[in-house]
Amino acid sequence: MHVHRFEKLWFGASLVLIVAFIGTIIYGAVGPGVAMVDDSGGTVEPSVIADGNYDQVENFREPGVYDTDDGVNVYVVARQYLFQPGSSEPIRVPAGEPVTFHVTTPDVTHGFNLAGTNVNSMVIPGQIAEFTVTFDEPGEHGIVCHEYCGSGHHTMEGQVVVVEQSEFDGGDS
Amino acid sequence: MATEHGSETGFETEQEYVETDDGTRRKLAFVDRFPEAARTARICLWIAFASFGVGALFGLIQALHRTNTLRIIPSSDYYTILTGHGVLLALVFTTFGIAGLFHWANTRSLGVSPTNKRLTQGWLWTMTIGTVLAAATILAGLFDWIPASADVLYTFYAPLEAHPLFYIGAALLIVGSWGAGLDWFLQYREWRESNPDSRIPLQSFMVMTTMLMWYLSSLGVAIEVVVFLIPWSLGLISQVDPLLTRTLFWYFGHPVVYFWLLPAYVVWYTVLPKLAGGRLFSDPLARVTFILFLLLSTPVGFHHQYTDPGIASGYKLVAMTNTFFLLLPSLLTLFTVVASMEHGARQQGAGGRLAWLKDLPWERPEFSGIALAGIMFAAGGFSGMINAGMNINYLIHNTIWVPGHFHLTVGTAYALTLMAISYWLVPQLTGKRLQFRGLASIQPFVWFVGMVLMSNAMHRGGLAGIPRRTAEPQYEQVSFDAVVGTVGEMRVQIAIGGTLLFLGAVMFLAVMFGTWALGKPNSQLRVSGSIPEPLSGPEESPQVLDNLKLWTAIAVALVLLAYGIPLYDMVADGLLWPGSLPIPA
Repeated sequence: MHVHRFEKLWFGASLVLIVAFIGTIIYGAVGPGVAMVDDSGGTVEPSVIADGNYDQVENFREPGVYDTDDGVNVYVVARQYLFQPGSSEPIRVPAGEPVTFHVTTPDVTHGFNLAGTNVNSMVIPGQIAEFTVTFDEPGEHGIVCHEYCGSGHHTMEGQVVVVEQSEFDGGDS
Repeated sequence: MATEHGSETGFETEQEYVETDDGTRRKLAFVDRFPEAARTARICLWIAFASFGVGALFGLIQALHRTNTLRIIPSSDYYTILTGHGVLLALVFTTFGIAGLFHWANTRSLGVSPTNKRLTQGWLWTMTIGTVLAAATILAGLFDWIPASADVLYTFYAPLEAHPLFYIGAALLIVGSWGAGLDWFLQYREWRESNPDSRIPLQSFMVMTTMLMWYLSSLGVAIEVVVFLIPWSLGLISQVDPLLTRTLFWYFGHPVVYFWLLPAYVVWYTVLPKLAGGRLFSDPLARVTFILFLLLSTPVGFHHQYTDPGIASGYKLVAMTNTFFLLLPSLLTLFTVVASMEHGARQQGAGGRLAWLKDLPWERPEFSGIALAGIMFAAGGFSGMINAGMNINYLIHNTIWVPGHFHLTVGTAYALTLMAISYWLVPQLTGKRLQFRGLASIQPFVWFVGMVLMSNAMHRGGLAGIPRRTAEPQYEQVSFDAVVGTVGEMRVQIAIGGTLLFLGAVMFLAVMFGTWALGKPNSQLRVSGSIPEPLSGPEESPQVLDNLKLWTAIAVALVLLAYGIPLYDMVADGLLWPGSLPIPA
């Protein structure tokens, strides 16, 4: 089978490009330590969240911010059409230290995105999304529900307020 | 050295002429040789065009609504319109357009009529009834007095629930497309009986590899809908696992984009070189490209779920690696398309390093549309590479970047290619000359400019974090900081771009309607369906390329590797657990 010289060159260059792309992702994971949302948050029965029986589950808590020995943990329930906490009062977290979010929903699929950043997760009934973020600087970030969740979807938003560690009151715990 | 383009199908035979009604002679067109197949292809295309018209109108409403330019619906109805836009364009316009194109391509390249009229009628009716059911259920959502709706968007993630008829309609559309594939495989079998030693004609090879990929991948959505969503929406089972159904959707949801794209590739490989004045560069590499799509299109779906909880990173990494290798056939296509166009231009006497570009037949819409679609697809390919990267994906996932991307791919690479090829094909399917040719010749440029405006703004909006799928441009607690340009300027571009795109759609439909209504049947055509042989034919390529059973087996094995364990994980904790009751949308 005759393959033209230019085709061979192009084929080779394409393969180099592809391997280089994969290389950058591997570097991102092992170098700067970019982690994916994965299955580490575990599962939960959606009806348990709907009924507010948070004490029945080990991997979730009453929604709120907790400053515990293993770092700052934020438990968020996303529901049609608000984030709890986040919508009626902002989520206050400290700058410069790891903050772990645990987000789930009792009703439909939602999204949790801090607009313009790579803090971005789906929120799926039955699953707890767990991801850790370190905010470098104090400031405000808008939370957008970026997955269509019903006719009021466009009203579902909230805020994360990042404060200096000295101003952080330790959350709800 | 008989190939599909040679004398065996008769297209090159001088004697085969037909008297036209205006007293001249013309070469036999497809409609003369295969009147039944031409009729089927025409019906498919008319249904595709009708859905395109409605879908495009919905697109205009959205573009003006979410940019706050003009609002004719309440924001709560936006999602009904959006569902209609997605389903009618991404599922109906595509599937029917593909069916029409493939029915022509397979019949033309094999030179064999479809073998079973009842089968043809069966799949055509099944797809049509499915479309009517799904579309009617969606539109019912606009009227409060009709107790049905399907405001679930074209991804229909459970537990948002649509009326059962929506799911049944979607299932019928897919099952119908399976019947169409069967029709084409039976044609091939008939051809094979009288051509035991020939290489599979190229277009038929492409049709069959695409359909094998489609069978393998649409199985996922068929199981999602038939096993889970239909019984659940009917109340036969009380709950479904949202992660499992969503995973089944995306098992189908990425290969479906190749189902949209490969028909465009069929045109780019087999017709575009001729339209450019030359011939295809390499038949064997075209086969390799389609085999790579068959192998790699399906085991990649997790790249739509990079931000999903409940799926281990390792599975996502496997999908990402496959996704990047899937760049290879598209990069090869880029080479072939450009090389074939350059060869065509040089055959026509053009010279220079880049000067040949301006000597291409840009005034002919069938050429300009396809070439512009190819250029836009290159841009879409680059934004797709961003999407595919696990870590960068976190910046743009579910932002307006994503529809910005796929309006370049399905919304231009497929859509504009189908429109362009229709200018060439519809005369051959009807025996009527294309009407309003002046309008047609500027239409691809209108689409192109509209898409440049809309898509660049959507990509940049995504970088600022503006979400997709929302009726409102502004949030109270969220500010979007543009990286390049301003949010206000993006909105203007989206509104103008969306309007131009709608105008482009109307122009196209006017040409098609005019051709149907005003064109005289059996007239002298400006186009010829003959396709020259490739520069490198299939003869020297390894026979194994045509071994479809082997490639299918490898494709299945790759799917089992990528999906076996993750799906087992999701099912092992209970098929319907953790489960959600239906929540009407």
